[in-house]
Amino acid sequence: MAEQEQFDAIVVGAGPAGVAAAITIARAGLSVVLFERGERPGQKNVMGGVMYGRMLADVVPEFWREAPIERVVTDERVWLAAADSAVSIGHKHVPPTVEPPNAFTVLRVPFDAWFASQAEAAGALLLPGTTVVDVLREDGRVIGVRTGRQDGDLRARVVVIADGANSFLVQRAGLSRPLQPDEMALVVKEIIALPAAVIEERFTLEPGRGATIEVYGAVTRGMAGYGFIYTNRESLSVGIGALISHFMETRVTPWDLLEGFKSHPMVAPLLRGGEAREYLAHAIPEGGVRAMPRLFDNGVLVAGDAAMMVNNLHREGSNLAMTAGRLAGETVVRAVRAGDFSTRTLSAYQELLEASFVLQDLRKYERLPELAARHPELLHVYPALLNEAAHEMLTVDGVSKREKQRRILRRLLAERPWWRLLRDAYEGWRAMR
Amino acid sequence: MKIEEKLYGLRWKHDKQSHITVTDDRLCRERCPSEWKRPCTTFCPANVYNWDGDKIAISFENCVECTSCILGCPYRNIDWQLPRGGFGIEWQHG
Repeated sequence: MAEQEQFDAIVVGAGPAGVAAAITIARAGLSVVLFERGERPGQKNVMGGVMYGRMLADVVPEFWREAPIERVVTDERVWLAAADSAVSIGHKHVPPTVEPPNAFTVLRVPFDAWFASQAEAAGALLLPGTTVVDVLREDGRVIGVRTGRQDGDLRARVVVIADGANSFLVQRAGLSRPLQPDEMALVVKEIIALPAAVIEERFTLEPGRGATIEVYGAVTRGMAGYGFIYTNRESLSVGIGALISHFMETRVTPWDLLEGFKSHPMVAPLLRGGEAREYLAHAIPEGGVRAMPRLFDNGVLVAGDAAMMVNNLHREGSNLAMTAGRLAGETVVRAVRAGDFSTRTLSAYQELLEASFVLQDLRKYERLPELAARHPELLHVYPALLNEAAHEMLTVDGVSKREKQRRILRRLLAERPWWRLLRDAYEGWRAMR
Repeated sequence: MKIEEKLYGLRWKHDKQSHITVTDDRLCRERCPSEWKRPCTTFCPANVYNWDGDKIAISFENCVECTSCILGCPYRNIDWQLPRGGFGIEWQHG
């Protein structure tokens, strides 16, 4: 392509991070190309299904009037499961109005198509069906990208890499060491169709409101991970995932794991009569801040899953991606105004992220990924013991409550000697404080 | 439910050429069985990898592009490239 076709910015990947960046850059009146390898944005994209309103409203104000939202989440539950039971905790909030929504469920194919159309409306040039295979370099800086098309080189002042989990471009640009199998999870899920009224009845929901359930414990068969059930308008997103390293060790197949989860006695009644519409799989970054690539270099910025921006404990990712994408976009605008695309100006991106919840939250849980990878049994031993304890206390059989307490303590110490309990508590506290 | 049934309802635009190759078949034949028992044949969610008695047979048409095999092969012996633009899995819901 000819020299005069240079753009201010190229964004690779039309997911939450890339689209947020493209919208921000285009709205500032700059020229931006948005590459997407799917024929339409969304076709290649998978997530559990929960998004957050605040970070989307920062990019598309009043999005809830038009975005293809499934249900506004008002009921969030966590189950700590044993083989045939669960201890349940949760929070339900029933406000008179849900606008703007805090959390909501989506299906990524319609949602991402809508989100990318916002970038086009702002003036970004969307080029779908195009795989970006490499970055172009000159004198130690990134000056554009190489696509899989014939004569497919395109130059720009800045490239924003937002090509998702297991980013090829981050590796090509030399921004990261190779990732390890304990730094990425594999998640499989199914879309299970049910009538809206059945979903609202089963999950005790007002029309249009939604519930989320995360399930820890026996369902992941000794691996670090969790299962989830999210309500859509007329379907459920039901999935489960675990670290790739644990799949390698246990030799459990992902589809067996999913079927086992779906047939758990707590889960099965919620799905009964539902019809599986789609089976999906994707990798999810788990390594946290310690597995992050360098976030900027001369002529290049990285945002979203490509930069490992996932807070798994709080199942947040798309919101980190949208905020990072927006901040990358603002940094590009600043760089164009200053006429400088070196690290001197682009380092502002890192500073903006450090000052935001994105890097502050990821730093807070910096130790958690390693703890989960090394001690997946923590996610099984304690839910199992908790279920036994609850069962013991709730079984009315003439045994005194004090004796029941003694039994529970004996069980606990048989499973976990006191020094292990102390160490678990200390490591758990250190990983989450 | 079998994996074949799960994959049955999915949509792809198939390329003629595979985007996946095994770099060194000898590793799969000689080292992996005793050291790792060929984990690609179990962790791949689309059952792309099967041992045919001599080498890993790759059903690249089944690939749903989760990218797990890039990290999950203990020898980094799977060369997995992004499908050409417009090819590969086409999710209907996401």
